[in-house]
Amino acid sequence: MTDLETAAHPERLRRVAIEPLSRVEGHGKVTLLLDEENRVQQARLHIVEFRGFEKFIEGRPFWEVPVMVQRLCGICPVSHHLAAAKAMDQIVGATLTPTAEKIRRLMHYGQILQSHALHFFHLASPDLLFGFDADAAQRNIVGLVARDPAIVRKGVLLRKFGQEIIRMTAGKRVHGTGAIPGGVNKALAAEERASLLKDIYDMIAWSREAIQLVRQLFERNLVQYRDFGRFDAHVLSLVRADGALDFYDGGLRARRVDGTTLFDHFDTDHYWEAIVEDVKPWSYMKFPFLRMLGSADAGWYRVGPLTRVTQCDFIPTPFAERERQDFLAFAEGAAAHATLGFHWARMIEMLHAAEAIKELLHDDDLVGRDLVTTGSRRERGVGVIEAPRGTLIHHYRVDENDQVIRANLIVSTTHNNQAMNEAIRAVARRYFDGREVTEGLLNHIEVAIRCFDPCLSCATHALGRMPLEIEIIGAGGTALGRATRDSNGRFAHP
Amino acid sequence: MKKLRVATTSLAGCFGCHMSLLDIDERLFELLELVEFDRSPFTDKKECGPCDIGIIEGGVCNAENVQVLQAFRARCRILVAIGACAVNGGLPAQRNHLDLRDILETVYATEASLTAGTRIPDDPELPLPLKQVRPLHEVVKIDYFLPGCPPGADAIWQFLTDLVAGREPRLDAKLLRYD
Repeated sequence: MTDLETAAHPERLRRVAIEPLSRVEGHGKVTLLLDEENRVQQARLHIVEFRGFEKFIEGRPFWEVPVMVQRLCGICPVSHHLAAAKAMDQIVGATLTPTAEKIRRLMHYGQILQSHALHFFHLASPDLLFGFDADAAQRNIVGLVARDPAIVRKGVLLRKFGQEIIRMTAGKRVHGTGAIPGGVNKALAAEERASLLKDIYDMIAWSREAIQLVRQLFERNLVQYRDFGRFDAHVLSLVRADGALDFYDGGLRARRVDGTTLFDHFDTDHYWEAIVEDVKPWSYMKFPFLRMLGSADAGWYRVGPLTRVTQCDFIPTPFAERERQDFLAFAEGAAAHATLGFHWARMIEMLHAAEAIKELLHDDDLVGRDLVTTGSRRERGVGVIEAPRGTLIHHYRVDENDQVIRANLIVSTTHNNQAMNEAIRAVARRYFDGREVTEGLLNHIEVAIRCFDPCLSCATHALGRMPLEIEIIGAGGTALGRATRDSNGRFAHP
Repeated sequence: MKKLRVATTSLAGCFGCHMSLLDIDERLFELLELVEFDRSPFTDKKECGPCDIGIIEGGVCNAENVQVLQAFRARCRILVAIGACAVNGGLPAQRNHLDLRDILETVYATEASLTAGTRIPDDPELPLPLKQVRPLHEVVKIDYFLPGCPPGADAIWQFLTDLVAGREPRLDAKLLRYD
């Protein structure tokens, strides 16, 4: 049991809830239990998401799965679409043609670009540019448009560019159909290629500017940014065979807290030999851990942009690699170990995606005609990719009638479950110690969570069976009143 | 001109409809001249205040969804169900033919990738899921339905600008998609 996970006497403590978490994708909530001196005794991030996708895709024909499962998430549907398609490539025994693999990579880089731009410009940057406890009415993209429309415009256009790549490769911006078992159903048309080439150099330039923006924030607030929500963790990500950063394919690399290697180039087809999942009664999101480290408490780890950028041996595009070196060296590693370093790493990845798109657009395979292959049928398929938020694992078994008989999905945000809890506890210890609880203070908790860009889609906070009393804190930071819930789940405002 | 106040939320959805709203791209700046956002995933306002338009994506999968939906209905003059899940339950409603207890048992207690001794989460902070996922209009009155998974950005734009201009929204066949 880690510190601040479970209070000894919850009944004597005051509950404060942050619900719903805002400016994150999906629903979640944080509960804090405070003693009489306003010291936090328990802090938990609850993911109250339960959908059961794994169960209801049982019985569906396997070729339908990449189109179905992407509807887990409207922000990064391409991640689920591609992870499922990679698993189904194994089911049909296919090795992709160059055109198919490059079209899928283009789609994936487009998604990394749009998702990272969305998260930084539309959701997270208001905290960084206005201040963590700035006026809540202003601390959002609308406030940012009023203050600095040029920054927002670039963010909007970066996201648009990524979405346009997805539309051209998958037919629609959200929930398309580009990847199919054994390949893709469409290559790029010559005019599509030309229109993307026209804009890609702006995207590269603006991604570089975004990195400078985060760097300046670190320079201006070095101590705060270095220490905010800080925790140490084991780390996990895919790397290419030569150690390069690769979002689409590779083997698993895990390093311990002290930087030593736990495993490297681990075959993703046997991921379950490396990763086990635990369940805690207060969250529907599971707690994965590294099997070799024995338990959830000892073996939890962190995934995502910060992990990928610091774990890879190099980034295979020139500008992004230079930025990576700069990031690692900054203030003796102050950013590379910081929770807020996620934002910096995310912008480096956005630049890498833009550069990789540029390279692909110059490759004639993108307009090729050889789209699909097939081979000898297999029963089991595992597809693993690095989604915008971290390692994503899809695992299926398909019977001789082409029906899915088993599915297991470990999504990116789930890997970061314990890490996010550690980050909010670090913030609770550092900032809540005896201070009066205000909206601005509570936003510090959300700032820590937003570093991870969690995708909590479809979750909602909930009704338990127990009577409960909630203090409602308004957007202005004042307590608006109390609400009680009786055992039938009815709310009252006394 | 007084700006219209708009609240948005996602219940049992995937946020894809919110993404499609953002897919209006640069027209976002124009939209911000016409409307003001109340509670929405893009602001830090946690409760829906009195609004002209409420836009809800996702169906209803637990008791808390019901409360949020009722609060939106009570505070929004016009309530819009956006996307396949809000309109008819969508993909999450695929679980409706399965026994909820069985699904929870498999996912949290018997699944092979779990460590030993786990059980179904049951903390009072967690939702009581409904046995079946429901479309919005089974719970409250809905004024407009915008189909699609998700509806395209042009459809959302046409719809909103019609409402803002005080016109009855009309989408031609090209904008009405169901995929």
